[in-house]
Amino acid sequence: MTNLQSLDLFWPELIITVVILTALIVDLCIEKSKSDVVGWVLVIGLLITAIAIWNQDKTTTTLFTDMIVLDPFATFFKLLIILSTLLVAVVSWQNNELDEYRKGEYFTLLGILVLGLFLMASSIDLIMVYISIEVVSIMSFILAGYLKLDTRSNEAGLKYVVYGAFSSGIMLFGLSILFGLTGSTNYFIIQKSLAGLDGSASAALVMALLMILAGFGYKISAVPFHFWTPDVYEGAPTTITAYLSVAPKAAGFAIIIRFFHQVFADGGALADAESLSMTDVPWPEIIGILAVATMTLGNLVAIQQESIKRMLAYSSVAHAGYMMLALPVLSIQTVYAIMVYLVMYLFMNLGAFFVVITVKNKTGGETFDDYRGLGWEMPFIGVVMTLFMLSLTGLPPTAGFIGKFYIFSALISGGSQYYWLAIVGGINSVISLYYYFHVVKVMFLEGERKETLVQPPEVMSGVLLATAIPVFLFGIYWNPVVNWVQNSLIFYVQTM
Amino acid sequence: MDQLNSYLFIAAILFSLGVFGVITRRNGIAVLMGVELILNAANINFIAFSRFGGMNFDGHVFGLLVIVLAAAEAAVALAIIINIYNNMNTINVDQASQLKQ
Repeated sequence: MTNLQSLDLFWPELIITVVILTALIVDLCIEKSKSDVVGWVLVIGLLITAIAIWNQDKTTTTLFTDMIVLDPFATFFKLLIILSTLLVAVVSWQNNELDEYRKGEYFTLLGILVLGLFLMASSIDLIMVYISIEVVSIMSFILAGYLKLDTRSNEAGLKYVVYGAFSSGIMLFGLSILFGLTGSTNYFIIQKSLAGLDGSASAALVMALLMILAGFGYKISAVPFHFWTPDVYEGAPTTITAYLSVAPKAAGFAIIIRFFHQVFADGGALADAESLSMTDVPWPEIIGILAVATMTLGNLVAIQQESIKRMLAYSSVAHAGYMMLALPVLSIQTVYAIMVYLVMYLFMNLGAFFVVITVKNKTGGETFDDYRGLGWEMPFIGVVMTLFMLSLTGLPPTAGFIGKFYIFSALISGGSQYYWLAIVGGINSVISLYYYFHVVKVMFLEGERKETLVQPPEVMSGVLLATAIPVFLFGIYWNPVVNWVQNSLIFYVQTM
Repeated sequence: MDQLNSYLFIAAILFSLGVFGVITRRNGIAVLMGVELILNAANINFIAFSRFGGMNFDGHVFGLLVIVLAAAEAAVALAIIINIYNNMNTINVDQASQLKQ
């Protein structure tokens, strides 16, 4: 579609751009103490964007002369991103860590991040892939280091910028080789010319792929590109930690699925159990081993943590591993399973981080010691946190169980060579039981009981309910999620 | 074709130097310089492929966009490093190590 025609189908992104500019201008006109208003601009803007996205529904086409696509798959991720941004924006008003700072830029940057994530979910051109990943990265660097006076946040920003710039540089070099091999930046043309390559180019192709994998792996914090994750997650403002652990990860999976599916699979509609079979290198095995390494490392290190925030950071590495488990079998069922998992993961992980924020606002700490006896002092928080921990472990009847169930069943239907992945995943879930239940044990069985009950602020209770109810509900009645995912499993396919 | 190879060779050397710089340097600014080398190596690749590979202008466009994004990234990175310097009086990436397991 040409540029002018595309604008008609580009409403969500255009609205977000207007929201970003409005937020900037509003921020200029108000005092520091009232900068929460900018958050309202963002929240209302995102709601309008959600309506615009909803209206596009099933349109499937490419925009801006094959730069980005509009298809139900992208729409699914856009709605997921908006949902997590809304929850995080509302909680940001309540986060005491941000009190000393002007929040105008914070919400504006969050808006730009949303725009970048939208483009990530829909790009089908190497140029757009690089631009969108960089937009998301640069905004995340600033947000991670947003607490200017807090040396821990400074350090998080520094580590993020060093690792982020390095890995996106490596990815860019890989993209340049891929461009040289195929002569185009468009996914469909690349796919076509790769099919015509002879064996002499396979060494260069493997190298390019490994480099690109480094960039993508860094976005979803897969081993061995995860080193930034724990430090950045611990140092960043907790709202941003929650956001980084959900939205960019979802968009990262979107970009990986689209890239491997449209460039290295057949480029057509998802067939059953197709695998990445371009070169002699055993890609399914490599990705499988990376997935196993990711979740095992995440779980084993999470056990040793003193700080709950850092424990959750490692746990989010482990969850990226569970989702990666499904990548080697790139079939319709596994993409489906990853998308279901992402919906469940959004609610349970955001919820767990929101509990950390509530407790930090009250006690000022985020280590296990600060949670002693908390279940008796703040019963609501205790119960909700227990639910999130159950769900993150993957026990029924919670959303986490359904997510894991879909992943493992997709693996098993992929054939007997993937059974070992499912078995390792199961063992890892058992390991994670230990540290998730450590939280529950500390909250209810340790410390002395206090007679006075403390209620969290109403807004926080509301948001916690908004995450806890889906976690419980989708554990019992998950049809809405499954239907939504089923309807979103339509990729744009170029017929050549 | 020979010309293309020599450009690719230069790009590969530049890339390796950049990776070496990022890994060995502990000064925040020096690490950033390593990253810039990597980005420029990729840029040389893009332009060389575009010029000698008989391709369209995609490579040139990519190169220009990379320059813009590299500038944005460098601006943010320098701001973060200045902030670190103000708070901790050092720009050594190893000395910023309060966050540990």
